[in-house]
Amino acid sequence: MAKFSFVGGVHPFDGKDLSKSKSIIDAQPSGELIFPLSQHIGAPAKPLVQKGDTVLRGQMIAEAGGFVSAPVYSSVSGKVKSIEKRRVATGDMVESIIISNDGLYNEVEYEPCDDWTKLSREEIISRIAKAGIVGMGGAGFPTSVKLSPKNPEAIDYIIANCAECEPYLTSDYRRMIENGDELCEGLRIMLSLFEGSHGILAVEDNKPDCIAHLKKLIKKDNIISVKELKTKYPQGAERMLIYATTGRKVNSKMLPADVGCIVNNVDTICAIYNAVVKGKPLMERIITVTGDAVKDPRNYRVPCGMTYSELIGINGGFKEEPAKIICGGPMMGFAMVSTDVPVTKTSTALLAFLEDPVSSSETTPCINCSRCTYACPAGLVPGRLSDMVEHFDNESFVANGGMECCECGCCSFVCPAKKPLTQNIKTMRKQELANRKK
Amino acid sequence: MNLPKVSSNPHIRSFADTRLIMFTVVLSLVPALGYGIYNFGPRALLVTLCCILTCVLSELFMELILKRKIRISDFSACVTGLLIALNLPVSIPLWEAALGCIFAIVVVRELFGGLGKNFMNPALAGRCFLIISFPSAMTDFVTDAYTGATPLAVLKSGGAVDVKSMFFGSVPGTIGETSVLMLLIGAALLILTGVIDLWIPGSYILSFAIFVCIFGSHGFDPAYLSAHLAGGGLMLGAFFMATDYVTRPVSKKGQVIFGIFLGIMTGIFRLFGPSAEGVSYAIILGNCIVPLIDKFTVPVPFGISPSEFRKGGRK
Repeated sequence: MAKFSFVGGVHPFDGKDLSKSKSIIDAQPSGELIFPLSQHIGAPAKPLVQKGDTVLRGQMIAEAGGFVSAPVYSSVSGKVKSIEKRRVATGDMVESIIISNDGLYNEVEYEPCDDWTKLSREEIISRIAKAGIVGMGGAGFPTSVKLSPKNPEAIDYIIANCAECEPYLTSDYRRMIENGDELCEGLRIMLSLFEGSHGILAVEDNKPDCIAHLKKLIKKDNIISVKELKTKYPQGAERMLIYATTGRKVNSKMLPADVGCIVNNVDTICAIYNAVVKGKPLMERIITVTGDAVKDPRNYRVPCGMTYSELIGINGGFKEEPAKIICGGPMMGFAMVSTDVPVTKTSTALLAFLEDPVSSSETTPCINCSRCTYACPAGLVPGRLSDMVEHFDNESFVANGGMECCECGCCSFVCPAKKPLTQNIKTMRKQELANRKK
Repeated sequence: MNLPKVSSNPHIRSFADTRLIMFTVVLSLVPALGYGIYNFGPRALLVTLCCILTCVLSELFMELILKRKIRISDFSACVTGLLIALNLPVSIPLWEAALGCIFAIVVVRELFGGLGKNFMNPALAGRCFLIISFPSAMTDFVTDAYTGATPLAVLKSGGAVDVKSMFFGSVPGTIGETSVLMLLIGAALLILTGVIDLWIPGSYILSFAIFVCIFGSHGFDPAYLSAHLAGGGLMLGAFFMATDYVTRPVSKKGQVIFGIFLGIMTGIFRLFGPSAEGVSYAIILGNCIVPLIDKFTVPVPFGISPSEFRKGGRK
């Protein structure tokens, strides 16, 4: 069978063997938990609790602050210690609810649903919205909004992003192996929202066991298929994934829904299953803890709000002082100065490396080798764009398609001159987007 | 306590750097050089060392007086020196060879901004400078082993040549151009390590072959055609000079156009020009139109229609 793919991309060392064979275990926090009010794209959530209030696990502590927004739930029972600004993984200070954990894990009563097929479309979407589900692959776009496009009848593909193209990450892999049934059921729930739509489970071919497992699970479904993708970074980037599976092209000004597609990540779809069938809100997620500075690389089911330092403590601490700590994958994650930041809905991994190739490599002049151009999945010439950024030439940057960059990092990865291409382009994109808002 | 380092994504880098790429190019030229020494005697090595040393010292000198960072350890000047040497006849006076190297590095490369900024292949510019300045020394291919003209010159005057010896390299010519076999071994190394791909050499050689078939007044004559392909600097030029990163178009489409242009130019120079050779001039002429090719073949961003992108109508 022809493998599905896109033009460009890179093949970094994947490092997945470190953590892929170990099953997911629960991480139990003991100290205080931090719940940022903005863990998603859109308006921040509005707190529903005050200092001193007692909360239960599964209790909504902040409600959606607008249409494009999502509520936040407490993942432990305990007392609200304060509401104050705290640092998050991206480095920003975000208003957060701090809860001291009483260790009892008293839960609220959930409202399960025995037969979701009897629920109406509106009921399903409202259950998803109420559960605070956002895109858990990293972007954090509220899922209920994604599932309410302008023309629902135009949607013909629901794509489950099971590519997991980021090196080192295995959380989606473990989820597919351990909760494949939840994933498929979640996908069926989404398909029921759009009449005539087809489901695609898009998996990279470096996970043959997942492909076989999922194929078995969907044997009886005739509107769901498993598509085997060529293993290549960034196969799981939304635009590349849509192109690889359907041949449709989405640019930066379009939404996937404009070409009849909705893409959701594995964790998100499992969260949809939990919300619709079990009535459980989104309050925990799977985090890969790995890297050569980590004692026991593996995956944890982590309550949102738990700090990374606690997670590392559970893992047995670092082997040695790491040179670099990354929240997320090595290609698109954020480097962190401190691990005292909370796990949020959009966190995917904690990587700790003993060496940092970025600070140890020296930048030399560009030799025009075209490697960045060949690698760029967005079809840009990153070396030239980066030059324009260095000369503050916003106009040329935009005219040459700089805004189409998906910030995947391929150009910086391949650059033999070790130029910070992605960083330059990202910086200019941010400036340009900020200018447009004015 | 040492704080962990922070930087923008990505946090990993491929192992290839400029030095490694340049070193691979040097390695890939070793077979051709080795054969040159075997074919023309130890003076070939002397000329090569002289060229490399002059290039590296010229770069050091320019970086010192222009107060640039010293980058002589990145093997780029070494590649230039080696390529110039392979393009010289073994009997060239050393001072002339050195002058060509100085021209290549000082004028063509460093004065235009250093590594990555030159618009012309420095090695070929150096060679052309020498051909124009010292035409007799640059076309004197008589050595102890060879007394005749180069195969291409024989071919041009209507004589017969032995294609087999041209393939293995036991013919008069410049130090590095004679052995097609050794050049192909080097080219294979570059292709296998991903340093170059076949877009430029492929389109160059193919279009040149077609040009020779059409205008060579021999029609499709395999013997004549293979003599043209194996003769002169075509293989050296197509695999090692035309593929020079700095002076080639950035997109694959542009590279193919560039290759075709080189093929046609080489054909014109070889078949209709006064000299039997044409590769050097074709490539440096090609280098000059690279900005133009780049302008018209810039890749179209993913998901945008080409016409919309070309209009520059995106806000």
